[in-house]
Amino acid sequence: MSAHPVTPAAGPAGPPALRVRNLSVGFGRSGADPVVSGISFEVAAGECLAIVGESGSGKSVTARTLLGLAGADARVQADEMSIAGASVLALSEASWRRRRGRDVGLVLQDALSSLDPLRPVGREIADSLRLHTTLAPAERSSRVLELLDSVGLPDGELRSRQRSGELSGGQRQRALIASAIALDPPLLIADEPTTALDVTVQAQILELLERIKRRGTALILISHDLAVVSRIADRVAVMSNGRIVETGPTHEVLGRPRHAETRAMVAAVPAGKPRGTLLAAPRAAGPAAPATAAAAAAAAAASAATSAATATPRPARAAAPDIGPAIVLEATGLTKGFRMPGGTRLLAVDDVSFRLERGTTLGIVGESGSGKTTTARLVLALSAPDHGEVRVLGRPWSSVSEQDRRPLRTSVGAIYQDALGSFDPRLSVRDILRHAVALDGPRRPDTGRPALFGAHNGEAQARVAELLDRVRLSPALLDRRPLELSGGQRQRVGIARALASRPQILVCDEPVSALDVGVQAQVLDLLDELQRELALSLLFISHDLGVVQHVSDRVAVMNEGRIVEQADAPSFFASPTHPYTRRLLSAVPRLP
Amino acid sequence: MAEPVRRTPALRRLAARLGGAVFVLWAVATLTFFAVRLIPGDPAEAILGGPGSQASAEALASVRAEYGLDQPILVQYLAQLGRLAGGDLGRSYALKLDVGPLVLSQLGGTLVLAGLALALAWLIALALATWSTRGGRIAARVGSGLEIVAASLPHFWLATALIVLFSIWLGVLPPISTPGPAGLVLPVLTLALPLAGFLGQIIREPLLTALESPFVLSALARGESARGVRWNHAIRHAAIPAISLSGWAFGSLISGAVVVETVFARPGLGRTLLNAVTVRDVPVVIGVVMVVAVAYILMTLLTDAATRIADPRTRAR
Repeated sequence: MSAHPVTPAAGPAGPPALRVRNLSVGFGRSGADPVVSGISFEVAAGECLAIVGESGSGKSVTARTLLGLAGADARVQADEMSIAGASVLALSEASWRRRRGRDVGLVLQDALSSLDPLRPVGREIADSLRLHTTLAPAERSSRVLELLDSVGLPDGELRSRQRSGELSGGQRQRALIASAIALDPPLLIADEPTTALDVTVQAQILELLERIKRRGTALILISHDLAVVSRIADRVAVMSNGRIVETGPTHEVLGRPRHAETRAMVAAVPAGKPRGTLLAAPRAAGPAAPATAAAAAAAAAASAATSAATATPRPARAAAPDIGPAIVLEATGLTKGFRMPGGTRLLAVDDVSFRLERGTTLGIVGESGSGKTTTARLVLALSAPDHGEVRVLGRPWSSVSEQDRRPLRTSVGAIYQDALGSFDPRLSVRDILRHAVALDGPRRPDTGRPALFGAHNGEAQARVAELLDRVRLSPALLDRRPLELSGGQRQRVGIARALASRPQILVCDEPVSALDVGVQAQVLDLLDELQRELALSLLFISHDLGVVQHVSDRVAVMNEGRIVEQADAPSFFASPTHPYTRRLLSAVPRLP
Repeated sequence: MAEPVRRTPALRRLAARLGGAVFVLWAVATLTFFAVRLIPGDPAEAILGGPGSQASAEALASVRAEYGLDQPILVQYLAQLGRLAGGDLGRSYALKLDVGPLVLSQLGGTLVLAGLALALAWLIALALATWSTRGGRIAARVGSGLEIVAASLPHFWLATALIVLFSIWLGVLPPISTPGPAGLVLPVLTLALPLAGFLGQIIREPLLTALESPFVLSALARGESARGVRWNHAIRHAAIPAISLSGWAFGSLISGAVVVETVFARPGLGRTLLNAVTVRDVPVVIGVVMVVAVAYILMTLLTDAATRIADPRTRAR
């Protein structure tokens, strides 16, 4: 079970670019459980091996160990670890230093922090040349320009003088890749290289990595997202709890996943799964249930019907209770501009109109800078529109004073991408929810103060317990602080807090973007379930069209502040009309 | 990041800076003018040689008329502001000398003292922070402990302790500040050690953060050495907060100079100020304070410029 040797499908002559046999890595005392235990794999030149697993599965530690950077307190043991036939086990720090960058390169996620923000990217790239070659500074500069050009960054003269903060996400990721391939290492390790990028940019970066692979570089691609790696990986190794639990050619692993962990990862990919399908299947699931005809039809609208085979469709939602107006949220001609340095004005939101029907989900999708977060702030009345109006439950919302908005505030809840940042880190889960229950709950008619206040108020305690139960969290977590929770647990607490005021509308701004695909699946399932139980209306904002496709009844695509296309989900995904939408759709990571 | 976008705010920023500097100087002059009035005693008596001089009533009256001390306080204040605006610092009551040349003659010694102390404090702080963040957990404890102890040393105590150690026990350095480099060692050390502790504490935290950050991992993966990572990447991140605090630190060094120059009997602004306060020599007090304020403003401009060089991200704003 512990060691599934992974061998290239067609082994070329000579030693593989990398061979690892029975590698274990542990930290701290020798009795402690190893973080990586007994894994074996090989990568040949011109081949891409994807190592996939949830956070904490040991994949990043594996990557660092391959560079001799597991840390001073790491215990690394293996029967073999060799790069291009030469053993790299028990190398001295000095000989590791000569190999890093020359024999093996590393690309990390988010180049904003993976390139020194104080130094021009040209100097970062030239550093590899300075450390390993005898090139003169002028020769290094001209080589940097060639490198920038080869990773698809024209205008090298300008780019090399800019710092990572002055480049776009895609540009700086390209620069980071250029610094890793400056010496053309035979082995390149990319650890979550496209996480935090927009889907279209992600597709471009994957394309670049594939080009590098085709040049003959052995590529190890590390990710939590099966759909992302399936684009370019020749073989996949699935890691769980420090072991490789399943390996094989990509199409085999994805097409016929054998291990429960792999099946769960395949099921968790939201793109192409019909609305209401459970993404987070129970881990011990038996043989996959066949998709119903209705689900299959819906899935056919999207391109990836095959993956629905492992998902469990659920009954249609109960009809929404007949209370209040059918349109719970309405935005008309919303416009909001900001003054930029230099005096120009940027229209972040430009004539945006939409309606949210009771009990449904409106997905707003767009890439970074498209104005979707500004739209969320306008809807939440955190900022005022320059023109246009937002109405909530048929009543004026953006046009009235905050004092007049107060009574309606409880109807609108919000959850955010960065759940951790939205909590006071000193408060326990119990306090976070108790404050929410008290402040958003009923008020005493005489004093106007919260009725459910105080640590010993039984009703408040009951409400907290009920909220926790709603988001499927154990009461044992009540005394934890946000930092002691996992990402998924934090987001659940965020949802519980949003539900404290019994809202009818939930504004979700990138609620799953910071989560692993597996955790994302659980949170999406939870939101779907809550919507069903509480007849919630969701405004779901995301950069991820795959997620939006899965959750939405109606979809609006934003680009440069405008809504370029808006339609009901089935027809939207079946026949997108706007070219931008089509480009966005083709970039969504899906399972083959 | 187009050039024209940057240029207009630069001019506006300069104008705002100048306006701010004028405001600070006015506020300093005003506060000092009224504060010295709180020193007990009659200024006319001070002019005639202090309370022991037994000056006659006629002499006092004529001095008051001559110096305008019989005028209402507001008139005196405005007259003082007018003189200052014209660059005239007035004439010392006690020394019967023009304040301007007097203060300037003392300025050099204090600037040398404060400048050397600032440089030495930076050296010690950088050495301590880099050594203690490299050497494992025990070194880290020792380093941060030393910083706390150093930062909490009072100048007068440290000066005395250094004199006892180096002049009386070891006999290697003079106990008073003789001309020449040897006489500078103990005063500079006295000022530098507490500041080094303070700067070290400010440098340590961002240094540790920088050493843990992804760009350091990227650099290591390129083949950069531990030392290279430290000096090419981390130290710059760590220095930025300390650089911006150096302007303030310089001000505190000049106030520290009052104590140090007195203990080591070293001529300079600090001692001049102390003497002037003691004999209620109002023009000298105001003169010293104004010159120190100007030096402080210039130092702040300098550290701001240094911050902008060290952290290019602040330039765009």
